[in-house]
Amino acid sequence: MLAQRLCSPPIFRNIAAFLVMAVMLPLLAGCGYNTIPTAEENAKAAWSEVLNQYQRRADLIPNLVNTVKGYAAHEKDTLDAVVEARAKATQVTVTPETLNNPEAFKKFQDTQAGLTSALSRLLAVVENYPDLKANQNFLALQAQLEGTENRITVARRDYIQAVREYNLTLRTFPSVIWATLWFRGNQPFANFTIEEDKMQPPKVDFGTSTTQGG
Amino acid sequence: MTRHAISPVEFSRFIKTIGTALMAMAVLLVGFAAIAAELPALTGRVVDNAGIIDAATETALTQKLADFETKGSDQIVVATIPSLDGEEIEPYANRLFRAWKLGQAKENNGVLLLVAPNDRKMRIEVGYGLEGTLTDLHTKLIIENDMVPAFRAGDFSGGISKAVDDMIMVLEGNPEELEARGKRNPANDNPVDPIFVLFIVLWATMFFGGLAMAFLPPIFGTKLSPGVYKWLGMTFRYGRGPASSSSGGAGWTSGTSSGSGWSSGSSGSGWSSGSSGGGFSGGGGSSGGGGSSGSW
Repeated sequence: MLAQRLCSPPIFRNIAAFLVMAVMLPLLAGCGYNTIPTAEENAKAAWSEVLNQYQRRADLIPNLVNTVKGYAAHEKDTLDAVVEARAKATQVTVTPETLNNPEAFKKFQDTQAGLTSALSRLLAVVENYPDLKANQNFLALQAQLEGTENRITVARRDYIQAVREYNLTLRTFPSVIWATLWFRGNQPFANFTIEEDKMQPPKVDFGTSTTQGG
Repeated sequence: MTRHAISPVEFSRFIKTIGTALMAMAVLLVGFAAIAAELPALTGRVVDNAGIIDAATETALTQKLADFETKGSDQIVVATIPSLDGEEIEPYANRLFRAWKLGQAKENNGVLLLVAPNDRKMRIEVGYGLEGTLTDLHTKLIIENDMVPAFRAGDFSGGISKAVDDMIMVLEGNPEELEARGKRNPANDNPVDPIFVLFIVLWATMFFGGLAMAFLPPIFGTKLSPGVYKWLGMTFRYGRGPASSSSGGAGWTSGTSSGSGWSSGSSGSGWSSGSSGGGFSGGGGSSGGGGSSGSW
């Protein structure tokens, strides 16, 4: 019975299938079958680094707010704006799986931009408090915050590059063949755009409007 | 079966060739796009393109940084450029760091100290692997306390060497980690893979050995009879039958020496990473924008 089954055609067919696979699989790799998944994983990894650096910024903020509070408690509005923006920004997360969703991505970008502008208002307010600026703890936090902002910039640049490469594989020859034959579910990833208010040239106003803390 | 398989193989090769060509073009284009402004060449551990470091300090710094690398494999490089040409110092430093590949590939333990005197800006860019030891705050304090006062007084050499001393001090502040890094990356200037050398030697032996057997005996050997030559104590027969020699194995060793000479020539180009010069090159590290900047 067993011997009969061993010698039966399905086994040979399996062996034949195995041999064909053994020959074909390296060919698939050689033809660029791996290009799209590789580029996709690279883009996802780059996105994780972006998230990581934004998280790092969010982690720094409670300390920063507490330090500033000790010196400038009556700048309540500015401080509250930062706390609120941080809360909003940490609520919106874009996982690597939802990178192909432009709306979620836009929302993420908007909340993080909101936090950036709230933070920059806070740091502008701080200029009015020489004692705070000389505080060692504040200097340390400021150095870390600057470093983090720069890391965010680098991570975003790397992500932009990785997404560009991934999106290219979905649209250019020869990998577009695989995209249409096999990876139909793969959508291009969303990328960073510059906010519209940043595209406007800055207005220089020499009037008396020196109000801060809005 | 085999004849049937040939045409898909050749077709795939064709596709692959086209793919490779396109990839090469894409890589070239990306490369050109990435290098927006000319980056200086990595000519040593101190690249003083702005000419603000005096010769004695430069020699001392180079020696100090070389010694420090042998200790813990950390690569610190001092670079000065006359002007940033309108670019911010942070992206420029990151670009330069990545182009020079400072630090070992698996550790990312490089540090770049960049000074742009015309823009009155400086930056310490720290590789991924050292961000935990040489923190943003450390670099900020080094810039503000060592470099800014000295630079304001016009003493570039003094400020830079003081900053380098303090960076080394901070990195040595964690001696166990430094030693572990050094052990993981033993100082080995020319890490030629023995398997690679063996492969090249074998290949060259087969290639040049066969070639040498084919035409050297008729030229240098003594003719015994038509198609039979005696050279180096061996008899070579040419003509209709398969070329045979009484002791062919010994004849092939003459190819080996030429093979090893050839492989040492090629291994240099195979292993140098990008822009090597002056016997110093980056180990393949990268940076994610750690460190801090300052101005004076």
